[in-house]
Amino acid sequence: MKRRTFLQATAAGAFTFFFSSPGRTAPVEPTRPGAYPEDFNAFLKISADGRVGCFVGKAELGQGAMTVLAMLVAEELELDPAQVEMLLGDTDLCPWDLPTGGSLTMWQTAPVLRGAAAEVRAVLLGMASKALKVPVADLAMKDGAIWVKAAPERRTSFGELVKGRKMERHLGKVKPKPLSECTLIGRRVPRKDALAKITGAAKYAGDLCLPGTLHACVLRPPAHGQVLVTADTAAAERVPGVRIVREGTFLAVLHAQPDTARKALALVKGTFEGTEPDVDDVRIFQYLVDKAAPGQRVVISRGDLAAGEKRAATVVEGEYRNAYESHATLEPHTCVAKWEEGRMTLWASTQAPFLLREEVATALKLGQDKVRIITQFVGGGFGGKLAGPGSVEAARIARQIPGVPIQVSWNREEDLFLDAYRPAAVVKIRSGLDAGHGAITFWDSIVAGVSQGEAEFLYDIQANRYQAPAVPNLHPLKVGAWRAPNAHTNAFARESQLDALAAKAGVDPVTLRHRLANDPRLLRLLDLAVETFGWDPAPGPTGRGIGLACGAWRQGLVVALAQVVVDKTTGKVKVERFLEAVDVGLVVNPDGARQQVEGAITMCIGQALSEEIRFKGGRILDKNFDTYVLPRFSAIPRIQVVFADTNTATTQGIGEPPVVPVAAALANAVFDATGARVTHVPFTPERVLEALKLVSTKPQDSVAPVPSSISPKVSPSKP
Amino acid sequence: MNATVSFMLNGKPVTVSSPSDRKLVWVLRDELGLTGTKVGCEAGLCGACTVLVDFEAVPSCSTTLGEVAGKAVLTIEGLAVDGLLNPVQKAFQEQHAFQCGYCTSGMILTAWAFLKKKPKASRAEIVEAMEGNICRCGAHVRILEAVETAGKTMGGVR
Repeated sequence: MKRRTFLQATAAGAFTFFFSSPGRTAPVEPTRPGAYPEDFNAFLKISADGRVGCFVGKAELGQGAMTVLAMLVAEELELDPAQVEMLLGDTDLCPWDLPTGGSLTMWQTAPVLRGAAAEVRAVLLGMASKALKVPVADLAMKDGAIWVKAAPERRTSFGELVKGRKMERHLGKVKPKPLSECTLIGRRVPRKDALAKITGAAKYAGDLCLPGTLHACVLRPPAHGQVLVTADTAAAERVPGVRIVREGTFLAVLHAQPDTARKALALVKGTFEGTEPDVDDVRIFQYLVDKAAPGQRVVISRGDLAAGEKRAATVVEGEYRNAYESHATLEPHTCVAKWEEGRMTLWASTQAPFLLREEVATALKLGQDKVRIITQFVGGGFGGKLAGPGSVEAARIARQIPGVPIQVSWNREEDLFLDAYRPAAVVKIRSGLDAGHGAITFWDSIVAGVSQGEAEFLYDIQANRYQAPAVPNLHPLKVGAWRAPNAHTNAFARESQLDALAAKAGVDPVTLRHRLANDPRLLRLLDLAVETFGWDPAPGPTGRGIGLACGAWRQGLVVALAQVVVDKTTGKVKVERFLEAVDVGLVVNPDGARQQVEGAITMCIGQALSEEIRFKGGRILDKNFDTYVLPRFSAIPRIQVVFADTNTATTQGIGEPPVVPVAAALANAVFDATGARVTHVPFTPERVLEALKLVSTKPQDSVAPVPSSISPKVSPSKP
Repeated sequence: MNATVSFMLNGKPVTVSSPSDRKLVWVLRDELGLTGTKVGCEAGLCGACTVLVDFEAVPSCSTTLGEVAGKAVLTIEGLAVDGLLNPVQKAFQEQHAFQCGYCTSGMILTAWAFLKKKPKASRAEIVEAMEGNICRCGAHVRILEAVETAGKTMGGVR
């Protein structure tokens, strides 16, 4: 039996002892949204032949959730992770869970699953003790068998003990194995999704080919802010096999062939109406500052700023910006929806199965029990698939055509147009350092476009103020969570500003951070990073092209070191080397964690150097990968990753932390190479050239993006 | 208008009745059910839909059915022979040279076509050969290493 078939059979009917009606697909215990179930049976099932199935409401986005969660179960049950069969993200079969994002899996879900597995272990050992008539202490467990240590021929197995039933014994909270007895945690294990992905067998939402599927292409307005008024579908309808679905301003063209549906859509003549936002990718920063100004409020306030500024010997004023950036997952939003017998089933590319269930139920005015999400392999998420607008479209159409699977696969242009971007932002900071270069005497920030996330981490600051706007619908374009949201914008500003202070005061940037760090973990991590990378203390710019930045996400800490070469005639930045030292507590799956760090560094080289959504009014000018430039192989530096040996049993997630300091480390490296400070993400060759021009014309007293600084209507306090 | 087009697909002859200007990617996915070939940009910019036509790596989103008439098409599904993984697949598997897996079919086929011609390639040559394939998750460093390893196993030990 194929793996997925086994798991579906297990949950849906193989435990016939508990299911009077065969074929029923409701979960064993209906799980309450908003809380993890206390019954371990929701997470783990053992079939009559002793196979172990693990059910978790997360998605495999490529981050390796499938493998690391299986490791945790295997560790407790003395199995090989390959023996733990994973079923992820099916809202009928898996217990409720949080979205797969925000580095939550290892932080929130992992301890719950580990606890459930520990309880199952204890329950199985208890049953075996009874069956074999020896105390638990005399038993050994491995590969699904349990035997008497002194007499290995006296043995039983998971399958024999459980007999395909639900395990009824409960022991409450059972402690997982102590780390000293763990044999898997901390070891490299093969990824469970490897074979499927290298042979093309892995099924993504677009790969299902359900019989009778109709592919739906939705008519889009040319610009955000516009909606459909009239549509002439006559030409499209002449294409044999075409169906049109219209619901108010929503119109879709359906055909059994995806490419024919797309071609027929192009034959629809629509007229659109509505007001586009009067802004573009150049004016957006002033737009945000102006719009945010009346709503600015103090989010962090500590100490006396004016007094702090009086104590300052070095003061720098900086302004940092970042553009809108797309998630640009290689798999665009994709979903197949089918309405049958009063229930909507969606095979979706989603990071958040349970949120999507709610989103679809709300949009279609259905009860949540009438919606089932079956998560497929997901071709990248990064925050972009936390919401499922494409899935809602598929469901809306499916609701009108009962029994027919409706597939919505956005093309690249739609995916770039409809994405919820990483918000554009402006961060202004005025801050100062004392004469001894040992204390930040004041730090005054005002932002527009993002909010506070992680802005206060890492350093001792005598007087601190952080202002952010409480303005609804601040952005003219849709924005959303993009890997380490807010944190990477704030860290880019903070770490660039600190570097500017260090340079102006003539102090080595590592030394300065050493003096300011308020966390012994950060101090150790700085040492680890600098020792691994090599660092001769010197105030910048040294010409070496090495930049440093620190970052945090919850309790996860990262120190990044980058080395770049800047071509002063073209403005092109070539990243030669990049190191991250990472402290995320206990690293369960070292190779998986390393992949996340390598991936974050690579992805953020694109963020720092090239990725930017260009727009004019509501029109998105980037329509494909020719102008929306992702990092390709030639852009990849030598990458080093080191993990802090933390001696802790708790684990932080690793999806976000390594993102946080990348752009700042690269900007600081550009400064170290050239003396020019790039303050506008992405620092494209044009922006680097502009920054280089500034160096030759004025001293680095202030840090301002080019061509001109933005004057906020509400300015930071002037003592 | 449909044309009847015959070609070799993963070592076996197939005949397809479809418009000859239909893009190969849709013939493969929609008509023949070979969904290992992915759709990423439909403009030949990302490499996710790469297949081999007479051992040349081409984007199947920009290749028509008519263009492969009488030729040999190899997709990811046809790369392992009798369950034996191809050296590139093996290296990708062992070195975890992927994350989400959406670019993987195209990466493996691009690398295979390149290594067939040049197993002893330098790192710079591998970079150049892989430049047209996008990986969004950032598995690049591992992909380069896997391609290098595969080249060595294929007898290209340098």
